[in-house]
Amino acid sequence: MTDVSAIQAARKVLAATPYVSEASVGDYVALLKPRVMSLVVFTALVGMMVAPGHIHPVLGFTALLCIAVGAGAAGALNMWYDADIDRLMTRTLDRPIPRGRVTPGEAAGFGMTLAVFSVVVLGLLVSWLAAALLCFTIFFYVVIYTMWLKRRTPQNIVIGGAAGAFPPMIGWAAATGSVSIEPLLLVLIIFVWTPPHFWALSLVRADDYALAKVPMLPVVAGADVTRRHILIYSLLLIPVGAAPWVLGYAGPAFGAMALLGGGAMVALAWRVLVRRNGLAAERAAKQMFALSIVYLFLLFAVLLVESGLGGLGRVLA
Amino acid sequence: MADEPDRIALTEAQRRSRRSRSIAVAIVLAVLVILFYVVTLVKGPGVMNRPL
Repeated sequence: MTDVSAIQAARKVLAATPYVSEASVGDYVALLKPRVMSLVVFTALVGMMVAPGHIHPVLGFTALLCIAVGAGAAGALNMWYDADIDRLMTRTLDRPIPRGRVTPGEAAGFGMTLAVFSVVVLGLLVSWLAAALLCFTIFFYVVIYTMWLKRRTPQNIVIGGAAGAFPPMIGWAAATGSVSIEPLLLVLIIFVWTPPHFWALSLVRADDYALAKVPMLPVVAGADVTRRHILIYSLLLIPVGAAPWVLGYAGPAFGAMALLGGGAMVALAWRVLVRRNGLAAERAAKQMFALSIVYLFLLFAVLLVESGLGGLGRVLA
Repeated sequence: MADEPDRIALTEAQRRSRRSRSIAVAIVLAVLVILFYVVTLVKGPGVMNRPL
């Protein structure tokens, strides 16, 4: 039997074999992008806790659960749509679809089911405004970012970053049934934080993105332009981060954290700008990526503690 | 051979993963039922009163 006929015979056998999934529960959990989900849940929690009034803990838990599942659903749908480019990039090669653990169709069905359930349950049990915002967030991430912007423009993560910025507003809406300027300021902070955070990663992974033909800024405009953009957005993050304190919505601890953390972000961005070659450049970009997560976490944690102390003060008074 | 029913014979790995997925789905459904029940208790008669 020749090689060609052997391959054809093997293909016939494979085609005749019914597909049976060997995916584990862990593979489906991986589709939910748990690490991204954890930051989404935390920022939503802060949005909920700093909101005026009181939300019953059970309803608060329900809202956070729905927001987490909704974010996970968006992640699964993103992996379904991006399965072709995920196979080409080392960063995403280990995801369940490129590994052959889950088919794209299974990921799409899983993501859609969770998306519908998370929105409907949030609406039925907590608030329809929060549910509408969650629905819009999933739509924005999957359709606007993943399907439309990601493969078309280097501004993909600037605009698409809005999807990751919405959770504090959803948390606020779940607690109050309304939206006001305070959660919008928190949304703005994450919106301005996303580009330097993600561009730092894309500097390290530029070859991956080039191979997959994803027009990330370092691929299209070069590493130096990206470094300048990272610095500009980091500078912008100082006033934007301090805005809730300046406008009187947050206390002095938050203000101090915003200024110090913002300063640290600028210092890191400056280091990324001046270290342009070799391992030092890669290390600077990786540190910027990792420490930007710490910055956002600490900033929101301070806000959470301040609001907790404020609530305690009101109770004691 | 012709009398045997046309069935798929699952491998041990396929059987194990299907069982674990089934258990996970059962747990999720049970959590959903409990969640709706508890929220109904929390909200009481106002369960149908949902703010925008």
